[in-house]
Amino acid sequence: MADEKVQTKLLDELEKGPWPSFVKEIKKARKVSPVCDDLLGQLELSYEEKVGHWKHGGIVGVMGYGGGVIGRYSDLPEKFPNVAHFHTMRINQPSGWFYTSNALRTLCDIWDRHGSGLTNMHGSTGDIVFLGTKTDELEPCFKELTEAGFDLGGSGSCMRTPSACVGKARCEWACYDTMKMCNDITHQYQDELHRPPFPYKFKFKFSGCPNDCVASIARADLSVIGTWKDDIQQNDAEVAAYAAKGLDVQDDVCGRCPTKCMKWDGKKLTINNRECVRCMHCINAMPKALAPGKERGATLLIGAKAPIVQGALLSSVLVPFVPADELMDTIKELISRVWDFWDEYGKNRERVGELIQRVGMGNFLDAIGLDPVPEMITAPRDNPYIYFKDEA
Amino acid sequence: MAAEPVKRITDIGPPNFEKFLHPVIKKNYGLWKYHDNLAPGVLCHVAESGDKIFTVRAASPRLLSTTTIRQFADLAEKYCGGYLRFTSRNNVEFLLDNQANIEPLKKELLALGFPVGGTNNAISNIVHTQGWVHCHSSATDASGIVKSVMDALCDRFTHEDLPAKLRIALACCLNMCGAVHCSDIAILGVHRKPPKIKHDILPKVCEVPTLIASCPTGAIRPATVDGKQSVEVVEEQCMFCANCYTVCPAMPLNDPENDGISIWVGGKVSNARSAPKFSKLAIPFIPNEPPRWPGVVDAVVNIVEVYAKNAKKFERMGEWIERIGWPKFFELTGIPFTKYHIDDFRLAGTTYARSTHIRF
Ligand code: HEM
Ligand code: HEM
Ligand code: SF4
Ligand code: SF4
Ligand code: SF4
Ligand code: SF4
Repeated sequence: MADEKVQTKLLDELEKGPWPSFVKEIKKARKVSPVCDDLLGQLELSYEEKVGHWKHGGIVGVMGYGGGVIGRYSDLPEKFPNVAHFHTMRINQPSGWFYTSNALRTLCDIWDRHGSGLTNMHGSTGDIVFLGTKTDELEPCFKELTEAGFDLGGSGSCMRTPSACVGKARCEWACYDTMKMCNDITHQYQDELHRPPFPYKFKFKFSGCPNDCVASIARADLSVIGTWKDDIQQNDAEVAAYAAKGLDVQDDVCGRCPTKCMKWDGKKLTINNRECVRCMHCINAMPKALAPGKERGATLLIGAKAPIVQGALLSSVLVPFVPADELMDTIKELISRVWDFWDEYGKNRERVGELIQRVGMGNFLDAIGLDPVPEMITAPRDNPYIYFKDEA
Repeated sequence: MAAEPVKRITDIGPPNFEKFLHPVIKKNYGLWKYHDNLAPGVLCHVAESGDKIFTVRAASPRLLSTTTIRQFADLAEKYCGGYLRFTSRNNVEFLLDNQANIEPLKKELLALGFPVGGTNNAISNIVHTQGWVHCHSSATDASGIVKSVMDALCDRFTHEDLPAKLRIALACCLNMCGAVHCSDIAILGVHRKPPKIKHDILPKVCEVPTLIASCPTGAIRPATVDGKQSVEVVEEQCMFCANCYTVCPAMPLNDPENDGISIWVGGKVSNARSAPKFSKLAIPFIPNEPPRWPGVVDAVVNIVEVYAKNAKKFERMGEWIERIGWPKFFELTGIPFTKYHIDDFRLAGTTYARSTHIRF
């Protein structure tokens, strides 16, 4: 019996319990591909020995592309020959991760023909991840994917696959069209995505409002986060309805406003919109009563990254507000200047945020031709070590 | 060869999302008015036109077989014209225009083993990475810990009874593929021993200058071992980050007894109320305990329960801790405070207490 071929005593423990089980998923895929038996065997061994059994990746890929495939080899190829090669392919997801059942079936059919039948929906950057195939299958799989209208995502020192929140497709708070922006930027920079040109990776993420559902401020080199300039739209009858239904408008809404710019007299809510920092709290608390204003656009922030190499960074403000209809042109113009500077001065494996830290934000702004504005900082410097320059 | 070369298709980018949108979404794109939370895992978005789209959100293990994806496709065809999407946290969402289909769809999802929930003040799915299933760099597994933790927290996914949203993320090494450094609770695989240098292969597989430059603390020095060019690591300077292993396969850090897991708390991404913030160290080390990781599960459940009992409405984990102060956090959770909790990397002083604001 195929099922008895590998003993998975430890992994079987992970089939129990109410949460969906990845072990069950791997077992389901055995019907698609025998590689799953060896994957289970190797994973069981990792569970016994408490150590992974994959080798450092090698460089594999499809013709003409410098990324999109993660090479992976077992360190026990004699014991588990079917996972001797077990490369993943990153496939660029449609904006917002929307699919039709037909599109999903097409992807499944292609992957059943060319790989393990295992996927990640999705990888943490946003791509569809096809998990596990052999070098020989990469090119034929790529051919079928492109014929079906899909393309690979990024890996290595390239523009990584951009991602976006649902935005205008299903969220009343979207201050610009995140999904279209994501789609357009991805198409605009196909060369930078497929043929790594940079010192290191570069990520774009598009969130429609300050709730930042794609975590762009934590993960994107360029974070585009929707916001508004005019007043919060307010429906007094609905505010009263929330209060009547038991929401404590004083404590839970006004009391949690970071700038204390709201007043509730028991009947009427007053917002001092000039002091509002557009944090979304009151709108989140009363979605029927409040909404972002009508003069919408986005804040551009730069430089987020996880700790490797020099420590984690959050993005910081680069342009406080760009109106929605100017966003695409502004991003294209700015990014070409940022990329030029990074290309020239960035060290190997230095993300743009680390470069800015090394050369100083002031010098970086000079280089990309932006004027400094106080929205970029939480406070001016508190040390007197100023690098004065000769001014002409 | 006489045959016409077939034109190879490249650089087409992702398919345009518009062809995957539900007709109600297409019609009301950008024209949504408000939304209601009908039940845990069920949203109703209402457009200016009065049209409604219903969303049913279900958990997935992220690692999905094509068999299961086809099951999702079947359900989408049966209940919502074939329209579905996935979320940034690995949930699957079915998009319905007929409210009557919600209950039958939920029933089928539950029967297939996919809990419905994760909205509003519930714990959503855990963002996580590859672990022993696919990565060479992992200090721990990913999927197995996620499964064990979420088995214990499943009721918190299917109910919305926390003070605020709670996001958990896991990364199996310091590379942190995923936004774990800004999560309410982050589970992070860590090494505790320096690289074990494979001097025999090092000169063949690595460029020594690149390797030396890769170390953030300058712990790697050139050395000659058995007459061959290699490197040595100044062990007191090594903080086990594995940067060197990323650029050089001859520097593995994996170690079954010394690898394990650290727990971080109080990060957030959203700008709501307080600014986004990093997660901070709660527990420096828990050993790897496959297959069910009881130490990690207990630690996470404890933090969640203490938070649930003590935080005020709308307070995220980090906001609650800032209000009560870190000493109280350690007291309430019973987690021991150690020297490892005090930063000693670059700019360490920024987290030292520099006032007499102390809660007694
Ligand atoms: C210097 C830091 C990093 C290094 C060296 C690194 C390295 C790797 C490696 C080796 C893999 C392959 C795992 C496999 O075998 O499938 C991987 C996967 C991945 N990484 Fe990273 N990574 C880094 C940081 C990040 C960050 C910060 C993110 C996202 C915010 C990210 C997103 C991903 C994604 C999406 C995958 C695919 C699989 C998954 O989602 O788990 N990586 N990374
Ligand atoms: C119309 C309302 C909203 C929509 C359509 C929406 C949509 C989403 C979706 C689809 C996700 C992925 C969720 C998952 O897989 O569990 C998400 C994540 C998230 N949402 Fe929202 N959301 C809404 C409201 C909010 C609110 C009110 C907040 C904050 C108070 C918020 C903050 C977040 C955060 C922080 C994440 C997680 C990002 C991350 O850490 O990866 N969202 N949102
Ligand atoms: S980031 Fe804002 S606009 Fe985008 S889905 Fe989240 S709440 Fe909606
Ligand atoms: S959006 Fe935030 S800052 Fe502005 S009024 Fe509402 S709670 Fe206050
Ligand atoms: S976090 Fe580390 S171990 Fe996990 S997938 Fe990413 S690189 Fe691999
Ligand atoms: S693990 Fe990190 S600190 Fe240690 S030698 Fe390697 S690069 Fe340097």
